[in-house]
Amino acid sequence: MSDTRNVWIFVEQDGGRIADVSIELLSKGRELADSLKSELWAVLCGASVDGLAQTLIAQGADRVIVAQHKELDPYRTLPYARVITRLVEERSPYILLFGASPVGRDLGPRVASAIRSGLTADCTDLQIGDYESKKEGVVFKDLLMQIRPAFGGNLIATIVNPHHRPQMATVREGVMRRAESDATRKGSIERIESVFEKSDLALRVVSREMRESKVRLKDSAVIVSGGAGVTGAQQFDLLRELAQVLAGEVGASRAAVDSGLIGHEHQVGQTGTTVRPRLYIAAGISGAIQHRAGMDESNKIIAINTDPDAPIFQIANYKIVGDLADVIPMLITALREKAK
Amino acid sequence: MPYKSVVLIKQVPDTHNITGKVMTDEGTIDRAALPAIFNPEDLNALEMALEVRERHGGTVTVLTMGPPSAAEILRESLYRGADGAVLLSDRRFAGADTLATSYALALAVRKLGAFDLVFCGRQAIDGDTAQVGPQTAEKLGIPQITYAECVLALEGGTIVVKRALDHGTETVECSLPCLLTVVSSANEPRPASVRRRIANKLAATSMEYKALLAKWPEFGSEEALDAFLTERKLKIPVWTAAELGAEEAKLGLAGSPTQVYKVNFVVLESAESRDVPPTREGMAALVDELMREYIVG
Repeated sequence: MSDTRNVWIFVEQDGGRIADVSIELLSKGRELADSLKSELWAVLCGASVDGLAQTLIAQGADRVIVAQHKELDPYRTLPYARVITRLVEERSPYILLFGASPVGRDLGPRVASAIRSGLTADCTDLQIGDYESKKEGVVFKDLLMQIRPAFGGNLIATIVNPHHRPQMATVREGVMRRAESDATRKGSIERIESVFEKSDLALRVVSREMRESKVRLKDSAVIVSGGAGVTGAQQFDLLRELAQVLAGEVGASRAAVDSGLIGHEHQVGQTGTTVRPRLYIAAGISGAIQHRAGMDESNKIIAINTDPDAPIFQIANYKIVGDLADVIPMLITALREKAK
Repeated sequence: MPYKSVVLIKQVPDTHNITGKVMTDEGTIDRAALPAIFNPEDLNALEMALEVRERHGGTVTVLTMGPPSAAEILRESLYRGADGAVLLSDRRFAGADTLATSYALALAVRKLGAFDLVFCGRQAIDGDTAQVGPQTAEKLGIPQITYAECVLALEGGTIVVKRALDHGTETVECSLPCLLTVVSSANEPRPASVRRRIANKLAATSMEYKALLAKWPEFGSEEALDAFLTERKLKIPVWTAAELGAEEAKLGLAGSPTQVYKVNFVVLESAESRDVPPTREGMAALVDELMREYIVG
């Protein structure tokens, strides 16, 4: 185990655009590095990414390692895993973070397996703290506390990785707050050579069809979400109508997405999108922590549920005990009347 | 050309349907109150493997690591069309995180012999980590195709797969052998066939013999039952750590870098909150208040 206490962020980019989650991770990574009194390094891979390094420094990186190679665009597991694994083995970072995006969730475990370290998926918080192992009778100082909902979101678990380095975690987009960019920040840029083995190139990307998501949950000021209590497409149309009246977006709990009533891109929660709208309306959502983890920082929360004991009411500012099929039309009417 | 497929499956607590009854008065989880189910996306993985076999020939073997009761999902796989099943069960596997799990699974896949394709669900609903697939692929030293939605072509030693990503799709071509993690949108898993259910009803591991004998005492002894099941190819093999040739330090809790430091129940923050009656008047007053505070309008 090496003495460096550096915090590394794997920076995801596609076509020269840095992923939002990577910027958010740099903000969190900066905090972690500061509390460890160490450096924040960003690892950037791609075919033509040199120009992005300065942006990462402005976002908090002390050093940017740039791996530029034609085989690194578009993203493929094995060439990326080769670059990251080699770097980690050479430089021994203390912490290595990935976005919990399709790329991060593909690459993170591959790298963790290769270097035999632990990886915690979908963390909702990261802190530096001490861990006392009663079994070993040792206190591990300044470990990464990897905090995530567990067991279907009914519990919050704190995971540590006391014996292996780096301590690795993935974090979903929108969970960490993005810090302001500071163009005056100084940092260094290091360019590295990438060498691949033939077996790294076993997979070829034939074609890609990427689309901009039409659902903009993250940026929406008002979100109207439905859960297991929404029965049938007709009731979901009510939610859509309410969202339209409020110029908001439609969200959903996992139960609603699993039932096939609405697409995954609408899902709010630990395995969906984390949102902080001005107004969040939860209709027929019981409020498993899996869901609450993605919306409890909303400015105002209105909960509509037939069950007066539903956990969602405990975080709601406005509690409406009633059937959403009755309540929502009344709410729509009230909104339309006031708008006149 | 026939392909040899292995499907990695998991029995999980049905965390999607947790009710208040699962929480005990002491504030712990009563696992016994949760039904154990076939991890949903593993059913999609099995279906994809069965479709490959139907189109190209070959075999489908399912593999799971778990307690003796996990034989249930192996039988379910046989009912749905798998050719063979293996259970990895040993106390030394217990407490494994994803790294230790993938180590044991990779050893088991190797022990099955030469293979072309490994399928698994994208993630299991009890942890949602999506890590075991990629970690097993790394341990096997083969490429991985995560988020697999559709096998577009399979010819000779090459597979073409469509991947379903957050914001679109990607088509990749990969040499075999490789590992695919399959998403729920890939297919509609076939139900168990009645014919196969009858044929495989008695399929069991040796760990279940006692219970089987209690149900069918006419078999007489465990030896007689074993001979009967072996002859009819209904015996589901159980592999232990020793049979996998596993290094103990890499298994179970000992082989897991991650440790659970603490588990907290979520303390619900009591926000400043108010009851709103579900009436026209209630809604009108609510909208007034939201407008006054510039939350809406």
